Amino acid sequence: MSHLNEFEIFLLLSALKVAVVLVVLLLGVAYTVLLERKLLAHMQNRWGPSRVGPFGLLQPLVDGAKSFLKEDMNPLAVERPLFILAPIIALGCALISMSVVPFGAVTRVQGVDLFQVANVNIGLLVILGVTSIGVYGITLSGWSSNNKYSLLGSLRSTAQVISYELALGLSLVGVVLRAQSLNLRVIVDSQAARGILSWNIFGGFQIVAFFIYLMAAFAETNRAPFDLPEAENELVAGYHTEYSSMKFAMFFMAEYANMITVSCVATLLFLGGSTSVFGHLFDGFLNTPVWNALFPVCWFVAKVFCFLALYIWVRGTLPRFRYDQLMSFGWKFLLPLAMANIIVTSFILAVRG
Amino acid sequence: MQLALFIVFGALALGGALNLLLQRHPIHSALSLVVVMMSLAVLYWSLGAEFLAAAQVIVYSGAIMVLFVFVIMLLNAGKEEHTQGSRVAYSVGFPGAAAIFCLLSFVFLSERGALQSSNIGGDLSSAVDNIAQVSATLFTRQLLPFEVTSILILVAIVGAVVLARREQ
Repeated sequence: MSHLNEFEIFLLLSALKVAVVLVVLLLGVAYTVLLERKLLAHMQNRWGPSRVGPFGLLQPLVDGAKSFLKEDMNPLAVERPLFILAPIIALGCALISMSVVPFGAVTRVQGVDLFQVANVNIGLLVILGVTSIGVYGITLSGWSSNNKYSLLGSLRSTAQVISYELALGLSLVGVVLRAQSLNLRVIVDSQAARGILSWNIFGGFQIVAFFIYLMAAFAETNRAPFDLPEAENELVAGYHTEYSSMKFAMFFMAEYANMITVSCVATLLFLGGSTSVFGHLFDGFLNTPVWNALFPVCWFVAKVFCFLALYIWVRGTLPRFRYDQLMSFGWKFLLPLAMANIIVTSFILAVRG
Repeated sequence: MQLALFIVFGALALGGALNLLLQRHPIHSALSLVVVMMSLAVLYWSLGAEFLAAAQVIVYSGAIMVLFVFVIMLLNAGKEEHTQGSRVAYSVGFPGAAAIFCLLSFVFLSERGALQSSNIGGDLSSAVDNIAQVSATLFTRQLLPFEVTSILILVAIVGAVVLARREQ
């Protein structure tokens, strides 16, 4: 690559990174759906999808093809531009958050970091900001559908998301205080010293924050036990009742992409990101550059996978909340608890430092 | 790069602002305002104020405007009627806008020397974190205004709760 200057190499590698991350993420979304169907099925003594491919492994591809081939209907009374814009906003925001997530250790090729699309100082705030913009997708879809069930579903969802956003944001403050930075790499590095013992959830004594984050994240992504926006016995299908074909698939993909984003953030902030569970115990083992680059990515993927499994386990276990329970849980329990966590954490840090 | 960002997002902000005025449906106007705010956030970021940019997106476009859109949806506000416009708006509005434009241009042009020497966007490459600088200023030199603003917001929250709880 001698005839390319530095900027061109940067541009080329960045485009390549974006493409690879996008493909991996979309595949991840497809297979998270399959994972959920399989796990839920086994929890309920069923087989789940088992016909397409070995163990039903090709099911996501067939589902995708089916969504593409279905008729794309536009009801007459919808507010057209917004009706089309809403799924784009939802999916776009769900995918953009992934751009600041560091997947592995710093591995530079020609001065470009391979395992992170963009390393920004305010990475955590970027994720929170993009998530808060994603609400528009849900809000607008319900309103532009011109259907009372859609509107009720989207009102519920919007109210739920903006309520739990507060508890979610506050639960992360303790972690930021410990790492003294909003840069996701720095936050990960602050937990790298002694493996599992220095993760924020254990060594950092942020287990309360992790609990708050877990609850708020379930609510943010509209998942069970907080999946009231899609309560099918009350609201048909909630905000995406009027959507068909690929536009529905975009909402569906956005939901699962959000799940993956939330799992990534939990991994980065509480579970040590791409650092090894054993700390530096096995650093001398297989000390080749390729292995050193790929091993952290494996840890990251494994942790995200565990968090996703927890998500699905909860969905298979807990019944749905009532709406007033949901609101009072968020405002009267999680929010004060998050504030108490911030005060205690900052007090301890002030005394120790 | 910075110039390109400025041109693209400045144009987007202006277009959004014009669209905000020209749209007849409240939801479309509110969404245009969101576009304006997001473009402003990008402009802030390109000037090196990354924390301000993030706060702009999270607070204004993510929370306040969602609430606006929410209220418009709940009230189910229809399209606004197209009237001839009040005479006051025409006789005061256009001269007023022109006067503000002239005043701002005058200030910027007369302070050109001072503005040129300031290092806009220099913080982007500096080693010190933008947020660290902002918070250090906020909690040392600007502590009193900061606390007063917090109390003001608290009063507003309490007032809203009182109004919402009042028995009919």
